[in-house]
Amino acid sequence: MGDIWDILPGLGDKLAAHVVLSASAIGLAMLIALPMAVWASRSPVVARIALGLASLVQTIPALALLALFFPLLLSLRAVFGEGLPTLGFLPALMALTLYALLPILRNAVTAQANLDPGVLEAADGVGMTRWQKLTLVEAPLSAPFIMAGIRTASVWTIGAATLATTIGQPSLGDPIFAGLQTQNWALVLAGCLASAGLALAADNLLWVIEVGLAKRSRTQTFGGMAVVMLGILAALWAQNAGSDERRIVIASKQFSEQYILAQLIGARLEAAGYAVEYRDGLGSAVVHSAVASSAIDISVDYTGTVWTNYLKRADNPGREVMYETIREWEWRSNGVKVLGRLGFENAYAFAMRADRAAEVGVTSLTDLVAVAPRLTVGGDPEFFERPEWIAVRDAYGLRFAGSRNFAPTFMYNALQSGEADVISAYTSDGRIAADRLVVLADPKGALPSYDAMLMLSPRIAQDQGVIAALTPLIGAISVEAMREANLAVDREDAAKMTPKAAAAQLAVKAGL
Amino acid sequence: MNAAAPILLFDRVICRFGDITAVGGVTCDIAPGSFVALVGASGSGKSTLLKTVNTLVAPTAGRVLFGGEDVSALNPARLRRRVGYVFQGVGLFPHFPVAENIAIGPRLAGETLPPARIAELLALVELEPGMATRMPDELSGGQRQRVGVARALAGGPELLLMDEPFGALDPVTRAALGAKVRELHAALGLTTVMVTHDMAEALLLADRVLVMDGGRIVADETPRALLAGEGGGAAQGLVAVPREQAERLAAMEGLGESRT
Repeated sequence: MGDIWDILPGLGDKLAAHVVLSASAIGLAMLIALPMAVWASRSPVVARIALGLASLVQTIPALALLALFFPLLLSLRAVFGEGLPTLGFLPALMALTLYALLPILRNAVTAQANLDPGVLEAADGVGMTRWQKLTLVEAPLSAPFIMAGIRTASVWTIGAATLATTIGQPSLGDPIFAGLQTQNWALVLAGCLASAGLALAADNLLWVIEVGLAKRSRTQTFGGMAVVMLGILAALWAQNAGSDERRIVIASKQFSEQYILAQLIGARLEAAGYAVEYRDGLGSAVVHSAVASSAIDISVDYTGTVWTNYLKRADNPGREVMYETIREWEWRSNGVKVLGRLGFENAYAFAMRADRAAEVGVTSLTDLVAVAPRLTVGGDPEFFERPEWIAVRDAYGLRFAGSRNFAPTFMYNALQSGEADVISAYTSDGRIAADRLVVLADPKGALPSYDAMLMLSPRIAQDQGVIAALTPLIGAISVEAMREANLAVDREDAAKMTPKAAAAQLAVKAGL
Repeated sequence: MNAAAPILLFDRVICRFGDITAVGGVTCDIAPGSFVALVGASGSGKSTLLKTVNTLVAPTAGRVLFGGEDVSALNPARLRRRVGYVFQGVGLFPHFPVAENIAIGPRLAGETLPPARIAELLALVELEPGMATRMPDELSGGQRQRVGVARALAGGPELLLMDEPFGALDPVTRAALGAKVRELHAALGLTTVMVTHDMAEALLLADRVLVMDGGRIVADETPRALLAGEGGGAAQGLVAVPREQAERLAAMEGLGESRT
């Protein structure tokens, strides 16, 4: 694991983004929670409602809360116009702020409730107005307890901010997600170490302030605050120093092929003199809208995905008609330019271990129907909601004993360990060949095609330089070359490669 | 007539909290310069009645007039700065040093007390000028209540309200501080209303004793009249306790003398 120490120094810009995001969320949460706590201390009804809502937010998984802001902001564009960002900093800030509210609010309300009633009566008795009572008595006496709440909120927020990666906000989650997808554990550990270190540092600094407040030591309180401010300012400075011009943003979804293709595209653009930036590990649903809104400039999407999810079509008119229809629709409805097809398909297919398939005598989906009630089917998290699954299930009348969801990377492990008998594999996946899996035939043609397409956002759709740099990719990547590159990244032995190295090798294979 | 105009007038004051009637119709006036003790058992309504004066409690019915003005019509913050208030729990602000605690009332009015005035106020309650920089948790109980009295006097009040001011103090400190307050009352020309459950303290310090029972004033007498048996059953019940103690002590002393 010596490579962790090589990775950590390269995480500076992620750390800066992480600090800026977390600090903004906590700052905003304080701006909301503290006045709310004052109001709550004057009205038990407000206290109950505010604490109830803040607790309710905590029951939503952080990942879901982050993802929910995308459609919310998208619908708010009707009010605020097209300039409203739907990805990246804004939704991450909003979700994390909601998350940070509870500990701050709860501690502030509790602190107020536990103030010595004699002291509060004295404040009234000496003739303080409500405002004087708040600023001269209640706030200073509650401050150490409120600070403890802010500490808790900071640790939570710094941890949860790693999930902001999934909605396109750079953070220390980038190495964690990239490492998880490509099974690069050094990368995962480096990300975890950095975010844990940041959380510990913040916790200790805020503790110094908390003790300073409790001891009424101005030197310690303001000294601690100054260090915190310096840290935030340094992060802001580091972040701004890096982003002097608008770069070309390349998206990748959460699987190895997407990381490799993003690197391949990025390398070609950099060779052509463009500055590029990667948004790795985005949720699949987020990518399409992000390109349409130019929040992201380039993505690789698949005909079947766009066909069912965005054209809302369930029919299967054949591979060519499908592609042409999508190309025309993207241009007309979204201003997105489909530059072309890369040359391979990453379709859904059903795969089994060769020995298991032989044992139950299955070579096609038709054969599967009879034995399915004894088998467990595994799919990626979205598969069982997708129209492809419904189409196949209904076309063949498939009925399994059970179904389970796995992250794409772990699906193949589940097949090997017997936790699933059949999985929804991808045809470009290197592990089909490596694990000697049997891909079941689809005689009824129920599964649509999944040609990989290069998508350009409206912002760069007319950029001749970009088009010239990327056009050689069109039709250049065979499914065999893609499988080999995918396997190189997914494998866990000494021949394992980073997505960047695999992309370089793929470029050579494709004759670029 | 003007000289006798009451500084404080309770006019059919009723205070109810839900089903409980704490003060059940009190009418009474207090002349300027008097030292009035409000005596009664716990729950007799004496503290509640006192708090209607500086509007910490608003009466359910009736009026309280301070210097002829209805207190409910006055700005509460401004009213409370004209009325010195000493609490049973002392209620010093734990995050302010002694000097800032004493100067809080004038500070709220936008006025800064010079150190000399702080020292003068500390001297009034017999504390060293060096106390000014101490924090409240560094003081003894008696010292804290002395600071509480200094704080009540800092704004030059016309009226001093004290709610069980010496309740939490040891008997020696209690007696000394009681005498000190009586002395300040005379020296500063104050009108003082003191709530206490200790009839002995009331008899020794006040020049008028109001006895409360069940939310009403059941006796309004001078200490001398109470000791002479006036004021009715409830008042005499309260007077009986210290009298009996004094008689037993005197008897013990007599016994001791006869032995020698």
